[in-house]
Amino acid sequence: MSIVHAAPSRWRRREGLRALLWMSPWLVGFAVFFAYPLVATVYFSFHRYDLFTLEFVGLDNYRYFFADDRAWVSIRNTLWMVVFMVPAQVIFALGIAQLLTRVKAGAGFFRTVLYLPSLIPLTAGTVAFVFLMNPSGPVNQTLAFFGIAGPDWFGDADWSKPSLVLLGLWGIGNTMMIFLAALLDVPKHLYEAASIDGAGAWRQFRSITLPTIAPVLMFSAVTGVIYALQYFTQAMIASRVASGTTDSAGSTFVPGYPELSTLTLPQWLFHVGFRDYTMGYACVLALLLFAASMVFTLILLRRFRAFTDDEGGDR
Amino acid sequence: MTTLATRPAATAAPPPRAGARGPRVRRTLYWIATHAVAVALSVMFLGPLVFVALTALMTDDQALTGDLWPDTWNWGNFVEVFTRSPLLTWLANTFMYAGLGTAFMLLSSIPVAYALARFRFRGRRLAFLAVITMMMLPPQVVAVPVYLIWARLGLTDSLWPLILPMLLGDAFSIFLLRQFLVTIPREYTEAARVDGCSDFWTLIKVILPMARPAIAAVALFQFFYCWNDYYGPLLYTQTEQNNWTLSLGIASFRALHSVQWNLTMAATLLVMAPVIIVFFFAQRVFIEGVTLTGVKG
Repeated sequence: MSIVHAAPSRWRRREGLRALLWMSPWLVGFAVFFAYPLVATVYFSFHRYDLFTLEFVGLDNYRYFFADDRAWVSIRNTLWMVVFMVPAQVIFALGIAQLLTRVKAGAGFFRTVLYLPSLIPLTAGTVAFVFLMNPSGPVNQTLAFFGIAGPDWFGDADWSKPSLVLLGLWGIGNTMMIFLAALLDVPKHLYEAASIDGAGAWRQFRSITLPTIAPVLMFSAVTGVIYALQYFTQAMIASRVASGTTDSAGSTFVPGYPELSTLTLPQWLFHVGFRDYTMGYACVLALLLFAASMVFTLILLRRFRAFTDDEGGDR
Repeated sequence: MTTLATRPAATAAPPPRAGARGPRVRRTLYWIATHAVAVALSVMFLGPLVFVALTALMTDDQALTGDLWPDTWNWGNFVEVFTRSPLLTWLANTFMYAGLGTAFMLLSSIPVAYALARFRFRGRRLAFLAVITMMMLPPQVVAVPVYLIWARLGLTDSLWPLILPMLLGDAFSIFLLRQFLVTIPREYTEAARVDGCSDFWTLIKVILPMARPAIAAVALFQFFYCWNDYYGPLLYTQTEQNNWTLSLGIASFRALHSVQWNLTMAATLLVMAPVIIVFFFAQRVFIEGVTLTGVKG
């Protein structure tokens, strides 16, 4: 750091130019795939556009949005995933990570087994879950063995979202590993000191573990929300496979089976944009998604100045 | 960053307190309880895969009955999957997408991460903020204009709209590599500069060898991201089945071929298998990569 500050300003300027050169691929990418599309999305949102004719319609697309029942259903479903799936995943992952710090025999085996499902292709995992949880499938057979009548899971509007949460909990490996690393980094002497003071397990967890790993928890929660806002693949495939229809251009397939219960905002955006080719209206939904994601990205950035601190370059 | 594999598992475990029944008994009961829960969880996590495999070996009729154990072992199901669908074409497409995508990403993202981590220039913070914002932005937000770019170039109905952008850097990979590169002490690059090394040779001779674990992790993540990607191929290759990737094929398998669950599960298993095999060879890289993303505050 000191070397750079002592250097003449001409040298600094040249370093800036060299940096720009090294970053040039990404600068082009940023302009073409981020900056321009964002501006264009705003522009298209005031137009009717079907890939062939572009017509200025003012605020029509926005007015249509308020009258579009399915848009509101998709927003409600997306919020449902944010409110129920994200906390469930964080708590479940933390629970498993905490357990894994205590398991001594076969620790490597358990870590591998619990991490593995998170690598399985989402498409394959979702297809598998729709089969496993079909009305007469293995899950309900197992439940029947214990005398429980299982629901229709992905075929029942009340159960389809909880079924997706179960799928989400199965693939929790990444978050679990991050938590495990954080838990193993909590200084051991803190626990020793606390236990000499007579603090029980719960007290130690609340007063030592939670505060120490709070930043990691916060990071996972916020990124979890951002990814829940993008929730697409699992819902789309679950509704397609469970309904037994295929989604292709020109088909009359409406996502969200059963009864729109799995229709998320990104899916509805995809549908109106690339199935109905009402691209101007899709841009209105895109701007809504952008606004929601930006709010959480800003929270993330505020909480994690460490990302961007100037000291970052010197460590 | 912590390397999980080399750490003792029980650092966080509090020492057992003296209880009424004596510490030895308590400790044993505790040991049994935690391990029992771990075993139960493992069964629940592996269960789906086991049922998928068992169903993949059943006959058509049996797969509809809800039986859990196959009467006869129908290994022919796997062969039938190949005859019923262009699985090999989908596999080749997936390899092309994942392979080229990963190679292009490394070529373009490493220099950017290098610049962000090593150079001091005005706007460096801003550039990094832009990387993070891009990383967090749902792909659907810019979908319409980006799709139109490719439509105008006549490249829709192919995988190129997914592969070519990788030549212009990938935000997540840049972020991850940058986070790793800033941890390399400046002394190394300063020394190289004093020895008269140019930026290029500093990157090749000093940074790249030291960053090998991070590069391996980023490459694996990218490869698997492409391998598993559904949204991208759905957007750009939907009309022509011969352009599909495995993820598209498997999602449509049941509807398109109106086949029984046993064949669908056999196909699903065929898609899962390579991932599981690669994981067992490269476990460490994955796990180090994951912990690298678990940013500490």
